[in-house]
Amino acid sequence: MNVPKHWRESPQRYRMEAGKCRKCERIFFPGRLVCPECGHTGFDMVKLSGKGKLHTFTVIRTAPSGFTDFAPYAVGIVELDEGIRILGQITDCDPDSLQTGDRLTSKFRRMNDEGKTGMIMYSYKFVPDNGI
Amino acid sequence: MVGIIGYGTQIPRFRIKVEEIAKVWGADPVALKRGLNLNEKSVPAPDEDCATLAVNAARDAVKRAGINPAEIGAVYVGSESHPYAVKPTGTIVSEALGACPFVHTADLEFACKAGTEGMFIALQLVKAGAVKYALAVGADTSQGAPGDALEYSASAGAAAFVMGADNLVAELVDTHAYMTDTPDFWRREHAHYPEHGGRFTGEPAYKKHITGAVNAILDKTGLKPSDFNYMIFHQPNGKFPVQVAKKMGFTEPQYRYGLLTPTLGNTYSGSSPMGLAATLDEAGPDELILLVSYGSGAGSDAFVFKTTERLPEIRDLAPKVKKQLDTNKTYLEYGAYAKFRRKILKPE
Repeated sequence: MNVPKHWRESPQRYRMEAGKCRKCERIFFPGRLVCPECGHTGFDMVKLSGKGKLHTFTVIRTAPSGFTDFAPYAVGIVELDEGIRILGQITDCDPDSLQTGDRLTSKFRRMNDEGKTGMIMYSYKFVPDNGI
Repeated sequence: MVGIIGYGTQIPRFRIKVEEIAKVWGADPVALKRGLNLNEKSVPAPDEDCATLAVNAARDAVKRAGINPAEIGAVYVGSESHPYAVKPTGTIVSEALGACPFVHTADLEFACKAGTEGMFIALQLVKAGAVKYALAVGADTSQGAPGDALEYSASAGAAAFVMGADNLVAELVDTHAYMTDTPDFWRREHAHYPEHGGRFTGEPAYKKHITGAVNAILDKTGLKPSDFNYMIFHQPNGKFPVQVAKKMGFTEPQYRYGLLTPTLGNTYSGSSPMGLAATLDEAGPDELILLVSYGSGAGSDAFVFKTTERLPEIRDLAPKVKKQLDTNKTYLEYGAYAKFRRKILKPE
C-alpha cells in the first residue's frame, strides 16, 4: 500500500515544491531539514519552474510492474533553470530521438496505479518543450 | 461586474484519423468525414486522464489570470470521465494548483455540458461575493465503444477558466439555461461505454436544446444573432453546430475560430469551453461572444461574454488552442490507439 508514502510526497510530485536554505540559498529537491552545505536548519519553500535541459538519460525497455504500458520510455536527470538536477520520466516523445541538452518542461501526468481498483498516483513528468 | 480573468487549455499530442478507424470496421471513411464534418480526433496518452488534462489546463488559466492560486475559493471540474467513481477530481486539481486547503470543490457530471455547469456556478459564486476567485474546468477523455459511431469523434481535451470580479478579460453579460429530461445518451453504472439514441440525438435533443437556449438568451438580452462577433455551440461533430447556427441566422465568420471538432473531435465537457478559449485567442476588445453548451440528458447553458482590453495583453502568457491543436501531432494506428484507450483486455 503506497497511499501514505505517495500522499507525503504530493507537495513535490504535484507542485514541485523545493526547500531553499535561508543562509546559503542552495535549493534542495525534495526539501531537507538540515542544509548539507552550511548546516542551517531554516528553509523557505520555493516552487520549481519545471523547465530545464536534459543532462543525461536512459531508455527503459523492460519496464517494472505498473509501467509496462509506457515502455519504451526514458528516465533522465534534468538540469532545471534554477541550477539543480532532478530525476524524472520523460514522456510524449520517441525516447530514441532524445539528446542530452534537449529543452524540457514539466507536465502533470499519471505515474502509475495500484491495479484497476487501487489508487492512481500522479506526478510531474518531463516532455519536450515545444511551447505547448 | 464578473467574468473570466484567465483561461487555459490542454490537448494531447496524439491523433487518429477517421480513415484509420473506418479501415478496422469496414466503414466508408469518405461518407463518414462528409457526414460528420470530422477528419481526426485527439487521443490521450496512456499517462493522461481527465485529472491531468484539467491540471495542465488550469495551470495555464492561473498563469493568464496572474493570481495567487491560494486565493481561489472554489474549484469545479466537469467531466464524464473522472478517474475515480468515488474520490473527487477537484481535490487533485486544487492540490496541484496550490489552492488547498481553503477551497470548496465539487465534481460535476452532465454528459457534455458538465464544463459549462462549473462555469455557471463559478461565475455566480463570484457574483454573490462568496469567493474572490473560482475555477471551472471542463475535461474529458471520452469513451466510444469499438465500432460505434461515437468512436470516430470521442476525444480528449480540457479547458479551464478562472472567474473573478476585476481584471476581466471577458465580462459576463448574461446567462440562461434550457433543460428537459430527454434520454438521448447515457452510461449506466459500471458500464464502460455509453449508449445513445442514434438519430434521436439530433432534432429532439441537441437541436431543440441549443435552439431553446439561444432563443431564451436572445430574448433576455435583447440581442440578435448579427450582434455577436463570435459564437460557439457544443460540437458533438462538425455538422450539428453548423446546421443549427446557419438555421438561426449565424454565419461562418462568427464560428470560424470556435469550431474545433473537424480536427479535435468531441472533447465532451471540454468541447464548447475549448471553442470559447480558441475564440478568446483571436478576439479583439469589446467584442460579443455567445457560448452555448449541450449535454445529453439533456440541457444547454447559454452565456454572453463581452471581451475587454486586457484580453490581448494576457493571451500570449500561455499556449494558444490553435498551436496545441496543429503542432507536434503524432498519428496513431488503430492498434496503438486501442492500447492507449485500454480497449485491449490483458490478464490481471
